[in-house]
Amino acid sequence: MARTMETLFESSRPGRKGYALPELDVPVVDCGSVLEGFCREKAPRLPEMAEVDVVRHFTRLSKLNYSVDEGFYPLGSCTMKYNPKINEAAARMPGFARIHPLQPEETVQGALRLMYDLSAMLAEITGMDAVTLQPAAGAHGEQTGLMMIKAWHESRGDTKRTKVIVPDSAHGTNPASATVTGFGTVEVASDADGMVDLESLKSLMDDSVAALMLTNPNTLGIFEKHILELTETVHRAGGLVYYDGANANAIMGKTRPGDMGFDVLHLNLHKTFSTPHGGGGPGSGAVGVKAELEPFLPAPVVVLRDGRYALAGESERPRTIGRVRSFFGNFGVLVRAYTYIRTLGPEGIREVSEMAVLNANYLAKRLSGIYPLAHRGHCMHEFVLNGGPLKHETGVSSMDVAKALIDAGYHPPTVYFPLIVPEALMVEPTETESRETLDRFAETMEAIAAKARAEGPEAFHDLPVTTPVSRPDETTAARNPILRWQFEE
Amino acid sequence: MSRYIPATAEDRRRMLEYLGVGSIDDLFSGIPEKVRQKNLPDLPKALPEAEMIRDLRKLAGSNRNADDLPCFLGAGVYDHFIPAAVDSVVSRGEFTTSYTPYQPEVAQGTLQAIFQYQTMVCELTGMEVSNASMYDGASAAAEAAVLAASAVKKSRILWGRNVNPQTRDVLRTYCWSRKLDHTELPAENGRIDAKALESALADGDAAALVVQSPSFFGTIEDLKSLAETVHGAGALLIVSTDLLALGLLEAPGKLGADIVAGDGQSVGNAMSFGGPAFGFIAVSKPLMRKMPGRICGQTVDSKGRRTFVLTLQAREQHIRREKATSNICSNQNLCIVAASVYLSLMGPAGLREIGEQIIAKTEYAVGQLEKTGKFRRAFPGVPSFRETALLCDEPVDELNRRLLDAGIIGGYSIEPRYPDLKNGWLLAVTESRTKEEIDRLAAVAGGDA
Repeated sequence: MARTMETLFESSRPGRKGYALPELDVPVVDCGSVLEGFCREKAPRLPEMAEVDVVRHFTRLSKLNYSVDEGFYPLGSCTMKYNPKINEAAARMPGFARIHPLQPEETVQGALRLMYDLSAMLAEITGMDAVTLQPAAGAHGEQTGLMMIKAWHESRGDTKRTKVIVPDSAHGTNPASATVTGFGTVEVASDADGMVDLESLKSLMDDSVAALMLTNPNTLGIFEKHILELTETVHRAGGLVYYDGANANAIMGKTRPGDMGFDVLHLNLHKTFSTPHGGGGPGSGAVGVKAELEPFLPAPVVVLRDGRYALAGESERPRTIGRVRSFFGNFGVLVRAYTYIRTLGPEGIREVSEMAVLNANYLAKRLSGIYPLAHRGHCMHEFVLNGGPLKHETGVSSMDVAKALIDAGYHPPTVYFPLIVPEALMVEPTETESRETLDRFAETMEAIAAKARAEGPEAFHDLPVTTPVSRPDETTAARNPILRWQFEE
Repeated sequence: MSRYIPATAEDRRRMLEYLGVGSIDDLFSGIPEKVRQKNLPDLPKALPEAEMIRDLRKLAGSNRNADDLPCFLGAGVYDHFIPAAVDSVVSRGEFTTSYTPYQPEVAQGTLQAIFQYQTMVCELTGMEVSNASMYDGASAAAEAAVLAASAVKKSRILWGRNVNPQTRDVLRTYCWSRKLDHTELPAENGRIDAKALESALADGDAAALVVQSPSFFGTIEDLKSLAETVHGAGALLIVSTDLLALGLLEAPGKLGADIVAGDGQSVGNAMSFGGPAFGFIAVSKPLMRKMPGRICGQTVDSKGRRTFVLTLQAREQHIRREKATSNICSNQNLCIVAASVYLSLMGPAGLREIGEQIIAKTEYAVGQLEKTGKFRRAFPGVPSFRETALLCDEPVDELNRRLLDAGIIGGYSIEPRYPDLKNGWLLAVTESRTKEEIDRLAAVAGGDA
C-alpha cells in the first residue's frame, strides 16, 4: 500500500488545468451584465491540476482502500459478495446512462420495462404483491415502508397507533427510521436463544402499536422459529409487520417474507442483489408491500397499459404517500440488480442462499473451537462470535482481533454489533467465497487467538502495522473537528 | 453452480460432511415447515454473459439517448459533458467494491476523498461544514427543513412555488411524516413574492424558508435580501442550489444562508434516468452537531501521521438509534468521488468557463427562438442561469412532438404543474449544446424546418 498522501489542495498549482472545452461557437456574452450583481466575488479554491495528476492522485487514493475485488470481506450484515463486472457494463450502456428522466415515455420504453420487470422479479422472490424502486438506500426504504404503514392506519381512521416495536438486536436504522416517520420506539427483548421473546411481544401489544420491525434471519444469523406466531400476534392486535431485508441473502428460493406474514419489506439491492457498495453508496432500498398497502406506494408507479409502459403519477394515485426522492430511484443501481437476477435465473437465485448458508455454517464450525458462538444449532447466512471470553482471559478485545486481521490481509468482521453479544464479531462470508478462503481465514483466526494467549494485549496495541496509517485518534477528531482542508490565508 | 460461486460439487460434499448433515436443506431446518418454499421462484431462466449482454443492448437500444438526440431537457437533471477520466477513476474496484469506511486503516482512500469533497462543497457554497452526501437534491432539501425545525424549535416550513416541483413533493412527504406544517409562497415574475413571504413570517411560527436559486425556472433569487427578511423573523434560510452554477454565482454562505442543500448530478454524474447522483448539505458551524449523515474529519494516528476518520458519530443511527438526527446510513459515496474528480479536472477556471459558455449559449438560443416570433420570456428582465422559462404560441406537447420527430429532445412542459404559465416551456442549454443544434432547434420550433 502507498504512504499517506498529499491532498488535492496541496498538489494544486495556479494556472494548471485538466480540461479543454470546445471553442465557443456563439457570440460571447458579458456574464456580469446577464447575472447583474449575482456573480461570485472570489473564486472557489478548487484544485488546479493537470489530468494526469488528477488520475494519479485518485489512483493512489484507491490503493489505500481494501475492497471485495482485493480479498475476503466478511463484514456481517453487509453482504460483501462479489459484484459481477457485467453489471457495470450494463449500467454504462448509453441507452441507460444517457437518458433523461423526463423524456417522453415512448422514448424510454426499455428503461420503464426494466423497472417493471425488476419490480415483478423482486415481488416474486419475496412473496409480495407490489414493489417500488424509488428509495435510494436501505434506511430510506425503511422510512418509506413506515410512511406507508402510517398512511394505512390513518386511512382507516386509526390514529392511536404511535409506536413501533423493534427488537434489542435490531440495526440502528430501525429505531432511527421510526423516529423520522413520527413514531416512538419500544424495544422488545430477545430470549436466551437470541430470538424475539414471544411472551414479551404479547405483553407489549395494544392498540397503540403501529408495527413490529423484524430482521429475519435476525442479526445473530438465526431464523425466528416462532415467526408465524410473531406475525399473527401483531396482526391480531391490529398492527402490521415490517421485514428488514438486510439479511435476505439467507432465504432466497427457500422461504418468502410474504408467506411468513410480513406486510411491508425493503431489500438492499446493494447487499443481496450484488450491486457494489461504492464505499457507502449509492445503494437502493426497494420496498415491497402486500396488496392492501399498494395504493400507498410512492408515486410515480410504472404500469403496463395496452402493451406500453407508462408512469402513473400522483393524480392517478390519490392515496400515495407522495414522493420520497426525485424521479424513480437510483436507476443505474436497478440496472445492475436486474442484470444479476437475469444472469442467475431461478436455480441460481436459490443457490446463492444455499451456498451463503453452507459457507456460514462451515466457517462457524471451524471457528467455534476458538470463539464461542452466540447461537445454538445451525445458523443462516451469518453468525456472531462472542469475543468476551478471549478478552476476559487475555485482555485482547475484539477490536484488537479486528486490527490483527487487517495485518493478515482481511477486512475484519463487523465488531461490537449486535449490541446483545459482548465483544461481538459478526461474520458473513457470503456465497462467493471458496472453501480455501474460509479455511485460511479460520487458520488466521486461530493464530490470532494463539498470539493473544501467548503475548497478551501489548502485542496488539500497535496493530495494524501494514497499513498506511495506524489506529486514529478518534477522540481528538470529535473534540476538535477539522472537517475541511485548512487553507493558508 | 453459477459462475459467481466458486464451490464445486466436491466442495459442497466435503463441507456438508464436516458439518455432519446429509443435505443443504438440513441447514434450513429452522424455517417452519409451513413456510418452506417448495418450488423454485418463477423467474426467467439464467442467461450466460454473452446472451445477457445481447438482451441488455436490445433493452437499452429501445431507449433514445442523448448521444443520439441533442437534449434541451433540464428540470433537475442536465446533459453536461463528463471527461473520460471521471469514469476511469470510479470504475476502480477499490472505490466501487469497498464498504462504508468503518475501519479507517483500510479505507483512507475513501475517507480522504470524502474530506476533499467536503472541502470543495464548502468552497462552492461558502459554508463551514459539509457532510459526506445525501441521496439527492430533493431529499437533501427535506432533511435541511427537518434540521432547521429542530434547531429553532418551530414547526412551519415555508417554500416558494418556484422550487422544483419534485423537491416540493418530497418536502411535503417529509413534513407530513415528521408532523411539520408548511406554507407554499407564490412567485412573482419567477421569484419568491416578497410580500407573501413577509406576511407568512408575521405568524412567527416559521422555522425556515426553502429558496431555490437558480430556481426551477432558472431565475436567480436575491438571497441577501431574503436572508435579512427571514432572519428578522427568527427563521433560517435554506438555499437549494446546484454545484455547477456556483462556479459563477455568489456562494450562498456569503449571502446569509444557514443551510445550503442541493443536487450534484451536474458535476460529473451521468443523467442515468435520474439516478444515482447525489445530494449535498452544508451548514454554518452552530448547526454542525445537528447535521444528518456521515462526516469525515482529519486527525492523527498513533504515530502522529495525518489520518482521516468518520467523526461526530454521536449524531448517527448506529450510535444514537432512535435519538439520531436522521436515519441516513448508506449515502451516495461513489457519486461524490465522481464529482471530486470532475471538480479537480475543471478547477475554478473550468467551472467558470462552463458557466460562461452556458450563459452565452442560452442567450443565443433564446434570441434565436424569440426571432421566430413564437416565443417570449416568461420572466423578462430577471437574470437566470442554464434554464429559461419561455411562453410558446402553441401547446408544448405539439412543439415537443415536432422536435422529437426532427431528432431533438425538447424542453420541459411547465403547464401541468403551473397552469397559470400556459404553454410554458422550460429550456435547458448546457455547454454541450452546439450552435448547429441550437439553430436546428430554433428552425424546427419556429416552423421553418
